[in-house]
Amino acid sequence: MERIGLAPGGKTGEVLAQDIAQKFPQLVTITKATHNRLYAKVDKAALVPLCSYMKDNLDFEHVTCVGGVDWLEEKKMQVVYHITSYANKVTAELVVDLPRDQPEVDSITPLWGGANWHERETWDMFGIVFVGHPKLERLLNPAGTEVFPFRKDFVSGRRV
Amino acid sequence: MAEMWLNMGPQHPMTHGLWNLRVKVDGETMTEAEPVIGYLHRGWEKITENRKFTQIIPMADRLCYGASMSWSHLYCLTMENLMEVEVPERAKWIRTIVLEAQRIGSHLMWLAALGTDLGSYTVFLYPVRERELFLDLMQNLCGARMTYNYPRIGGVRNDVPANFERDFTRVLNHFEKRLTDYEALCDQSTIFRMRMEDVGYLSAEKAKNLGVTGPNLRGSGVDYDVRRDDPYEMYDQVDWKVCVEKTCDAYARYRVKMDEMRESCNIIRQCIKRMKPGAIRVKPPRTAPKGKTGWAHVEDPRGEGFMYVIGNGDDRPYRLKVRSPIFVTVSAAPEMLVGYKIADVPAIMGSVDMCLGETDR
Repeated sequence: MERIGLAPGGKTGEVLAQDIAQKFPQLVTITKATHNRLYAKVDKAALVPLCSYMKDNLDFEHVTCVGGVDWLEEKKMQVVYHITSYANKVTAELVVDLPRDQPEVDSITPLWGGANWHERETWDMFGIVFVGHPKLERLLNPAGTEVFPFRKDFVSGRRV
Repeated sequence: MAEMWLNMGPQHPMTHGLWNLRVKVDGETMTEAEPVIGYLHRGWEKITENRKFTQIIPMADRLCYGASMSWSHLYCLTMENLMEVEVPERAKWIRTIVLEAQRIGSHLMWLAALGTDLGSYTVFLYPVRERELFLDLMQNLCGARMTYNYPRIGGVRNDVPANFERDFTRVLNHFEKRLTDYEALCDQSTIFRMRMEDVGYLSAEKAKNLGVTGPNLRGSGVDYDVRRDDPYEMYDQVDWKVCVEKTCDAYARYRVKMDEMRESCNIIRQCIKRMKPGAIRVKPPRTAPKGKTGWAHVEDPRGEGFMYVIGNGDDRPYRLKVRSPIFVTVSAAPEMLVGYKIADVPAIMGSVDMCLGETDR
């Protein structure tokens, strides 16, 4: 029986990982790759080149999710991207580390419109700035909110 | 003619929940649209950071009151991925059955809402009547009608009740006949087709790029279903087909959901036949290692549901991120709306199947 979940002619996660590792030897670290999963740590300078390459050459069509993580003790923020390829049936997890005092990363919304509201929400909740985003405004919180409620140093239950 | 902005919502019969669709109209034609959400924001993800893993299961039910089983199941699947728990086979079969029953229930609620949107009260009453049968089945199974609290990390809460197979088979036999009735009511109604056909066009390229998922994506002719292409539970063990329509309009999205209900009946029948006695639950670890991550995605009735969790070394998550399918689909609403008349809004947004509980979280 052929392996379910693999399109005819599709590439596995291992093949895609090799391709990416060859193309971005320094700035991207592949941490794990299986037949339908791909995990990588990405330097923030390489994010948009990597995403463009994945979109144009490796058939990654769909942004599943973009989310932020606040590491208070480590003094860093993370943006976690999950990007899916319909053609290859592979989902890639890209993790980008940012300094906590200046969390800025380039937006991938120009590539995939599906990232638009995810990035907007991440800014809304964590204050991570997505450079080049078309409309970085409050989404779930009311306009005029002055705090970023999902940061770990925000005390839940306090009056804003 | 001068253009002007109109607010449809937050209190508007079209919205199905609490959100606001701002549209810019030139006469009756929409030239711009902007969805405004956040009215139902509860800070769900932040609340979970202060709850134990088991306490989050009933909370996940409340993400979407129409499809609560699929959300609590997604949470349990994510935690199983994080804790590397293997679920017993019987639990997987039961989960597949209840997920498909939930899909039918959710689609019936959508069809009922679409009926009222388009002014057909019969299309509201009939699906709600049959949805009751599925709610009764769920009540027999776990005691609750809407928020089930049934999946557990490592299995399900309880085994199926007596006569489970018989009751399900009876309901499915009855339901499949009724499904033909709904199709007769909708597909053979000139008014229904006039309002649904050729509105809300969303091309396959745009649908993929804008992150639209689930029945709405398949209504645009993209053949992708998480159940088949990244199988979880027992979907790779049963024989079923992915429903795709090529016309990309509101009517195509309606057709996909109707076909999916038939396919769900098919899946449930096969699962009932192949289910064998056995364990329904394993004991999961109480804590998750600090910094370890896990994620899972499933085919929610509305699209691709996704959760990403980070362990904190204790019995609470460090971070739990939820991807709601409608959150992304509603951001693509302008693409579907612009260029059509303002009277088409209920038909277009009705075909999308909005649920604000999961959108705002």
